[in-house]
Amino acid sequence: MSKITRRKFLAASAAGGTAIMMAPTKKAFAAGSFEGFPDGMGVLVDLTRCVGCRTCEAACNKEQKLPEPALPFDDYSVFDEIHHGNQKRRTTDKAYTIVNRYDLKDSDEPLYRKIQCNHCNEPACLTSCFVNAYTKTPEGAVIYNSHVCVGCRNCMIACPFHIPAYTYHSVLNPVIKKCIFCYDTRLKEGRPPACVESCPQQVMTFGKRKDLMVIAHERIKKNPDKYIDHVYGEKEVGGTGWFYISSAPFEEAGFDVHLPKKPIIDNVKDFLAIVPVVLTVWPALFTGFHLLATKGKSHGHGDDHSHDEQEGH
Amino acid sequence: MKKLETFGIKPHDASLKADGEKWSIMEKLLLGLTLDQYIGQAIRNKLNWFFAIIFAIGIPVIIYRFIFSLGAVTHASYDYPWGLFLGFGLFCMVPLSASGFMLGTTVEVFGRHDFEPIERLALLNGLLGYFFAVVYLLVDLGQPWRLSYPMVYSFGPAAVLFLVGWHVATYLSVQVAEVSTAFFEWIGFQRGYDFIRKGTIGLTVAGIILSTLHQGALGALFLYAPGKVHPLWYSAPFQWILFFISSIPAGLCMVICVSTIVIHTMKWRCDKRFIDNLDWITIALAKGSAMGLITYLIMKFIAIAHDNEWAYFFTGWGAWWWFEILGFVILPLVILSYGIHNKLVGLCRIGAFLTVLGILLNRLNTALITFNWQLYQEIPHYLEFVIAITIFAIYVATYRFILARLPILYKFRSQAEE
Ligand code: SF4
Ligand code: SF4
Ligand code: SF4
Repeated sequence: MSKITRRKFLAASAAGGTAIMMAPTKKAFAAGSFEGFPDGMGVLVDLTRCVGCRTCEAACNKEQKLPEPALPFDDYSVFDEIHHGNQKRRTTDKAYTIVNRYDLKDSDEPLYRKIQCNHCNEPACLTSCFVNAYTKTPEGAVIYNSHVCVGCRNCMIACPFHIPAYTYHSVLNPVIKKCIFCYDTRLKEGRPPACVESCPQQVMTFGKRKDLMVIAHERIKKNPDKYIDHVYGEKEVGGTGWFYISSAPFEEAGFDVHLPKKPIIDNVKDFLAIVPVVLTVWPALFTGFHLLATKGKSHGHGDDHSHDEQEGH
Repeated sequence: MKKLETFGIKPHDASLKADGEKWSIMEKLLLGLTLDQYIGQAIRNKLNWFFAIIFAIGIPVIIYRFIFSLGAVTHASYDYPWGLFLGFGLFCMVPLSASGFMLGTTVEVFGRHDFEPIERLALLNGLLGYFFAVVYLLVDLGQPWRLSYPMVYSFGPAAVLFLVGWHVATYLSVQVAEVSTAFFEWIGFQRGYDFIRKGTIGLTVAGIILSTLHQGALGALFLYAPGKVHPLWYSAPFQWILFFISSIPAGLCMVICVSTIVIHTMKWRCDKRFIDNLDWITIALAKGSAMGLITYLIMKFIAIAHDNEWAYFFTGWGAWWWFEILGFVILPLVILSYGIHNKLVGLCRIGAFLTVLGILLNRLNTALITFNWQLYQEIPHYLEFVIAITIFAIYVATYRFILARLPILYKFRSQAEE
């Protein structure tokens, strides 16, 4: 083993390898300090107003040109559907939003909840995607580019709200399907999404996220008996663009109340932080080991065991 | 194949035949038999029949998957986007293939040339494991023809999978280079051999770096899913360390297992050097594995203490966790230690086998079994099993094909030595 090889290797790893492999970390940290666009739009959802009419589901279906559902939108038997033993309905590639009914402990009246993408400030789907298929637009929407998606489905693993769905049955062009805040057709022009506009009960209020947050807290303050004192989505996973106020504890309405307050990507930072360390320290460390271990011995390969014997002949 | 000598043939192990003539490529491929003899012995071999049955069922299913979509062979689950193909194919195959960098380090970096008889087997084990992990990935990806996108077209550099993709791709090339020396010897391309041999230390160190990072990264992938993976198998600060550390005994024990199978089924191909050294090498590898396992065990408990998850011990999932730890970490550790202490090679092999099973269980627990523990458990579609088993059979068949030919288990006698 010539010394040149070793030196060359060190130089190469320091220049090429480190540059390529360190890039991820820097970007990730940049993403980590991202708090969402200050003027991003959002939606305040007041669960106390929802009557479970499913008008929003129908509006979304029409706006997003989704296929006709198996049961019509005025069929309320869907609220009794149970999948996989204990699961209520969830978003699919054919339904970007769905409404579920939850029976409460202390009340005869059930609570209804609309589920769709929450357009997180720092989306887990976005940070987990290795081709950067997702974009958080300045308007607040989390949109997706199907032309680069490889179909690894890591975003589905990562989304803490179980939102993205996949068109598994497509052979040539399977893609992720999820609510996009009606970005192309409405949000871009400043108009509220179809589901928000369609709601007869004004469950949803569309506006700048920061203004809506003030309204949410005011509503709770004015009616402390009606609302529990929590805005779900204000802090959860770093804050979400769509957030909720409720009369019942959120876990009773099927929300995951154990989610971290910090963005999901924060969990991964410990690991990303070691990447540059390994890249810079390991080559020196192990080359050092090599020199120590083979010191005094003939360099490279032992005489009697070597594959290289023939070189000596 | 064992009956090679019944044909009066000595397996090809040097560039020249006994009578001084060169071997032709055809002769090399047929192991020195005539075509009729080769086909005859292949048909008599029961293992080939077994493979034939698996391929007859499995390969059409794989074709079916590409014609009729992923949805046709899986449950098309939104809650379990990753099924057996990744849960087994990626998350299990990669740690079991950590052997390449482990033995590369031992021999090339630490200068322990006494481990050389097993070095090439370990390198090949690494190369094939990674290669087939990528095959599993190709079956699983929705649009496999876009596999190169994260490399050349659209970058998501904040993603752990980006790092995994880059590292597995680079490391695969490193391993191809490492194993190519055996291939160059076999086809008789001395210059290529010399060229790669010169870069060995560089390749080895690159292998260590890449392995440390992507073995850890496979663990870090699950950090995106706090709350989905059960807390006993999830630890934000330690996940990558646990995956990395456990890949050490995983890789070493896999080499013990493969060498055990090989010495019992392909002894004709092993040279004296391999056979004579295997016992002490097995014990030495077992020692390394035991050290890795005990570190892993300690880290496991540190992770649980750090997140203060003791309460989960008394739940059903806790019992399952204990099953994994007692049966597949502590038990093999005890067996290995006893085997090492008393120099009982057989016992070390049993311990190694258990360790490999333990790694399988741990990765499947993290990726599938305890995943979505708060929602529901899902058993993968039966066709997923069929495909997973078929690819594994192709892996074994390829492994066997190469072992029978390239100088992995035997040392190539070059012209100069004759
Ligand atoms: S709710 Fe899920 S899919 Fe929507 S932005 Fe957040 S992480 Fe992404
Ligand atoms: S499935 Fe597509 S969008 Fe989702 S993480 Fe993979 S490449 Fe990105
Ligand atoms: S915002 Fe648009 S895409 Fe999203 S649920 Fe409402 S209507 Fe559907």
